[in-house]
Amino acid sequence: MTDSTSSPGRLLPAPEHLLSREQMAAAPDARRGFLRRAFATASAAMLAGTARAEPDGDANILELPQHSLALGQPVALEGYGKPSRFETNLQRRQSPGLTQTRQASVSFAPLQGLFGIVTPSGLHFERHHQGWWDIDPSKHRLMVNGSDEKMLKRPMVFTMDELMRLPSVSRFHFIECGANTGMEWGNVAVPTVQYTHGMLSCSEFTGVRLIDVLEMCGFDKKRARFVLAEGADGSSMTRTIPMELITNGDVLLAYGQNGEMLRPENGYPLRLVVPGVQGVSWVKYLRRIEVGDQPYATKDEDVHYVDLMPDGQHRQYTSIQEVKSVVTTPSGGQMLLDKGYYAISGLAWSGRGRIKRVDVSVDGGRNWREATLQTPVMDRCLTRFSLPWVWDGKPALVMSRATDDTGQVQPTNAALRKVRGRRSIYHNNSIQTWLVQENGEVRNVQVS
Amino acid sequence: MSKSRNALLALTLVCGVAFAQSDKFPAAFPGIGRTATPAEVKAWDIDVRPDFKGLPPGRGTVAQGETLWEAKCAGCHGSFGESNEVFMPLIGGTTKDDIKTGHVARLLDPSFPGRTTMMKVSHLSTLWDYIHRAMPWTAPKSLKPDEVYAVTAYLLSLADVLPPDGELSDKNIAQVQERLPNRNGKTWAHSMWPGPEFKGTTQPDVQGSACMKNCAVEPKVSSLLPDYAMDASGNLAQQQRLVGPQRGLDTSPKTAKQAAAAPAVKPVSDLLKQHACFACHQIDTKVVGPAFKDVAAKYAGQADHLAAKIRSGSSGVWGPIPMPAQTALPDADLKAIAAWLAAGAKP
Repeated sequence: MTDSTSSPGRLLPAPEHLLSREQMAAAPDARRGFLRRAFATASAAMLAGTARAEPDGDANILELPQHSLALGQPVALEGYGKPSRFETNLQRRQSPGLTQTRQASVSFAPLQGLFGIVTPSGLHFERHHQGWWDIDPSKHRLMVNGSDEKMLKRPMVFTMDELMRLPSVSRFHFIECGANTGMEWGNVAVPTVQYTHGMLSCSEFTGVRLIDVLEMCGFDKKRARFVLAEGADGSSMTRTIPMELITNGDVLLAYGQNGEMLRPENGYPLRLVVPGVQGVSWVKYLRRIEVGDQPYATKDEDVHYVDLMPDGQHRQYTSIQEVKSVVTTPSGGQMLLDKGYYAISGLAWSGRGRIKRVDVSVDGGRNWREATLQTPVMDRCLTRFSLPWVWDGKPALVMSRATDDTGQVQPTNAALRKVRGRRSIYHNNSIQTWLVQENGEVRNVQVS
Repeated sequence: MSKSRNALLALTLVCGVAFAQSDKFPAAFPGIGRTATPAEVKAWDIDVRPDFKGLPPGRGTVAQGETLWEAKCAGCHGSFGESNEVFMPLIGGTTKDDIKTGHVARLLDPSFPGRTTMMKVSHLSTLWDYIHRAMPWTAPKSLKPDEVYAVTAYLLSLADVLPPDGELSDKNIAQVQERLPNRNGKTWAHSMWPGPEFKGTTQPDVQGSACMKNCAVEPKVSSLLPDYAMDASGNLAQQQRLVGPQRGLDTSPKTAKQAAAAPAVKPVSDLLKQHACFACHQIDTKVVGPAFKDVAAKYAGQADHLAAKIRSGSSGVWGPIPMPAQTALPDADLKAIAAWLAAGAKP
């Protein structure tokens, strides 16, 4: 804001292309400190190639760029298009040291750089329990059977061809790992929103309602109380699926994701979609559905994905991802370019329904303002919120707090820990705080 | 006009009927799916429930399990299930007293490091089912039922649930379940399962505050990632978009910064793409212009000549269509492409 008009051709301090080293060196101290750090990584080629101070204006305007002067690329150079070469920083990434093997591990979606609510399929977070596979869909089968012979009129087998002939629905839903933000239960552990909240993605899923397939098999509606879903991969992941969500027509046998087939890392060719429920229940490479009258106490219900309470008891079958939100701009590990206007922006979601409102605080939770919800606001789906903010260059504690349409309000760390202690790993839906420092650095913090 | 309106109306009616039907969903979709054969169900229906439904008959001793364990399991889990090298430890943290109470006392001790599988597991069926379906790590489903009984028996012996000369079988598994250290350490009374099956609560256990003004909080930072840990997740500058309201913090070590500052050399294939050379040329075949291979053969070793021709454009050498002057091509790229041609246009 200070010296912005002294650089011709722009009103706001702009990307590094426009500044020469001399200009940066000449900038007032207050600004220079963080500009220099932010720009230190701009490639030398970029600086040397384009940074030039023109008395008449911006060199990017005055000197026509190559793309205005030469022939561009032909069609179909890439049969499946890729992001710009300038976008390679946005990758799903592992959190170093979190796991010792990459087959039983997780990669986090780069929420810090995503717009709107849909996660590009190639950036969808990954969680594999025993490695991922790219399965030939012509050989994939779905079996539906019962825990005893009377549970179904007949056990059935379906090919992908057959499943894809059935009536389908397409719905937008978020998927969040039950362990998302798990590293932060006790204290701050990771620097950016990618690692604090990146086990979260949102897609349009296309598939068949599970209830329709169960009806075809003639399941015993009186005795059927639980459903087991099982994967075809090495881990043959199993989870007990809530009957209420199946009979509601919410649970899908999904093959589509964002207009194309599921990605192999996300369960190609068939996965379960269990809206509002933690990702581990969205069984990938789905091979079998068993209708039963008892819960299954699978490994990921009895040993993992259990919530340790202060009284030493483990809560099992905690499945719903409760109301939660996070600011993605500004967020940890970032460097704001200057004082002045920003749109605080972030994501809100609830496994119980729609987001009703999101409030944002820039003073650590003392005062809040209601953010604008970007439409569409959908059931058990990410909702984008934003709030105008003029940063005065003073330290700010930025937070967001979501409320869903059941009236549940996202709790603070303190409120959550008061009930559930500090030693759980799963289902941390507490309010996230980012500290914007005077130098423009944004840090992950927790407030008491 | 009215005719087409009638047709439209008829179509609407047909659609309406179709929708009404599909809303109710007939019990069967003709031609979709078939009955699973008993052999197919047997091949895939491998789950074992807490009431041991699905458990195949069989038996295995602790001693048999120890041998199998050393051969197939110890590599990841350690000889005594204690290793945390690859996975979380399986064994440790349970006592003989826990076996009596069915509650693992150390779950109440915040100073106890980590939670082992044996501290958490509340159903023996869980262990049997998981080992059977997913272990060993690189050869899942390769253990026969008797082998699963044996390695499970060995694991249980490490936690004093079975004696060193003990055995696990379909006959005694229900009794052994009653010695599992954390068998009573579970609760289903919560609001995070949709539906009434577990008789949980309907009200969430934690509710936030909706306060908007002058809320009673002390906004004091209680936990902050220390400076020395800022680079633990890599260089954050390389994890943020290069355009927009902010950049990523540079958390790279000094040497890495210098290395990154050195300009990267692009392969010629990237240059050819970037400068749209492929719009007219291909490597091996003539399209609008000559194949790069042909140019390379004709002007082998003449990098300067080629550079001048590319820069100025040329006509009449290879056919009727002239090559336009490439004025926008940066010098370095021009030299690289010319040198590549002069050296034989190797892909």
